[in-house]
Amino acid sequence: MSDDANAFFVPGSRDGCLIEAQGLSVHFRDRAVLDHVDLQVSRGEIVTVIGLNGAGKSTLVRALLGLIAPTSGSISRQPGLRIGYSPQHMHLDATLPLTVAGFLRLGAPTAESRLRETLAEVGVADVLDSQVADVSGGEFHRVLLARALLRKPDLLVLDEPLAGVDVAGQSELYRLIADIRDRYACGVLLVSHDLHVVMAATDRVVCINHHVCCTGRPEAVTRSPEFVALFGRHVAEELAVYTHHHDHQHDVAGAPVPLDEG
Amino acid sequence: MDDFFLRALLGGIGVAVAAGPVGCFIIWRRMVYFGAALAHSALLGVALGFLLGIDLTVGIVALCVFLAVLFVLLERQHMLPTDTLLGVLAHVALAGGLVVVAFLTDLRVDLMGYLFGDILAVTNTDLVVIVTLAAITVVGMMLMWRSLLSITVNEDLAAVEGVPVARVRLGFVLMVAGVVAIGMKIVGMLLILSLIIIPAAAARRVATTPEHMALLAVVFGVLSVIVGLYGSLYWDLPSGPLIVVAAALFFGLTQVWPQARHGSVFSSPDGHTDEATR
Repeated sequence: MSDDANAFFVPGSRDGCLIEAQGLSVHFRDRAVLDHVDLQVSRGEIVTVIGLNGAGKSTLVRALLGLIAPTSGSISRQPGLRIGYSPQHMHLDATLPLTVAGFLRLGAPTAESRLRETLAEVGVADVLDSQVADVSGGEFHRVLLARALLRKPDLLVLDEPLAGVDVAGQSELYRLIADIRDRYACGVLLVSHDLHVVMAATDRVVCINHHVCCTGRPEAVTRSPEFVALFGRHVAEELAVYTHHHDHQHDVAGAPVPLDEG
Repeated sequence: MDDFFLRALLGGIGVAVAAGPVGCFIIWRRMVYFGAALAHSALLGVALGFLLGIDLTVGIVALCVFLAVLFVLLERQHMLPTDTLLGVLAHVALAGGLVVVAFLTDLRVDLMGYLFGDILAVTNTDLVVIVTLAAITVVGMMLMWRSLLSITVNEDLAAVEGVPVARVRLGFVLMVAGVVAIGMKIVGMLLILSLIIIPAAAARRVATTPEHMALLAVVFGVLSVIVGLYGSLYWDLPSGPLIVVAAALFFGLTQVWPQARHGSVFSSPDGHTDEATR
């Protein structure tokens, strides 16, 4: 465990650790975008990175994926780790005639039956022959998810998978991600700035603002002073109420007690 | 059939075949200005070839490849936008070419030939260079098709999936250089980009997959060369411009053609193709 691990750190099985960053720093020119960030994702775990815009979330993901070189620190991956990645911004030029099937096959040549299966798995079975430019934003997130799944990933990395999806669609998509985690027994690293849904469906939250502000179970993080300082008391309290519906409630002193009703 | 005409036909078809797939990627990757910048360097390539005592077409190829690599290296700095860099490169190459050619009094250049092409003056050496480079380009495009398409759609995703992004980009830039260089002989430095882009643009309207679009671009390109060349023979008109006019005719035809099943860039009458098809 690193020195930064605070009271909220949930000890996980080190054996199942898929990817781990230690003391990761990334500087652009002289600016430290990431400063000694520790992060690990284990098999079967959904880890969500949250933070305000410009906090370094995407930089963290890009460094973990090996797309940018860290200024210092280390990233270790389980040998042979297969990563399925869904990028945040995916602007497909309309000058490119590309069907969803063609798009999915860019990752790896795949039989059509398997493409259909995977699309059905993420709930968009009917878009296989559509032009990518014609599918809606929400459908495209699922298509991206399908492309990541076709790689039979050990680790799914989803950068803002909820962008442009309405609230109902968001919780549905989150349930889908949790399902996939169970079915593929993979680890999931999510990046989101949308706190509400994240809190409900995540095993561990890592809140970053260039450095790791706080990390731990969602309900613990929302009570941490660093989180409150970053997102404001109002947001923190709102989220605290929200998450408590799910697994525990507070006694009058504010200490968590087990849920005693349905 | 006369030898010169056969050479012209073969050379033109060679360029059109290579230009089809390359032109599609130039459109998808928005690299038209890059191609134009390379075309501007033709005169400098001629001067280079003359100075080195090598074939002038080979000189053009060499300089285009050199500039393409230089551009890839320069692009890594992020101080200036890409199109500014290209603007600098293109016009320095053009001005430099004019100065050097004027300076070399022994070198007599048919300026019009380089500006607008002189396909009927294609020599046997030219033909060998054209066919060789065209073959290399076509094979290269086939080999890196999926990688190139993947980085065109999204570089990060491609990189995570194991595509060697930098190498593929360099490979493509070299192929653009090759096609621009050989196309110069056919339609000249001012028109070469049109021979690369217009058939591909014509194909977009009717194509439903990338491969389909590349194949159609080849067909339109080859037909343009044939129609243009025979037209120039019978009406005694300049062949390079006539080839481009023929390509433009195909472009016009596909624009009025009933649209492919799915939406395309060239907006549908109501401008809401996406919603309409849902």
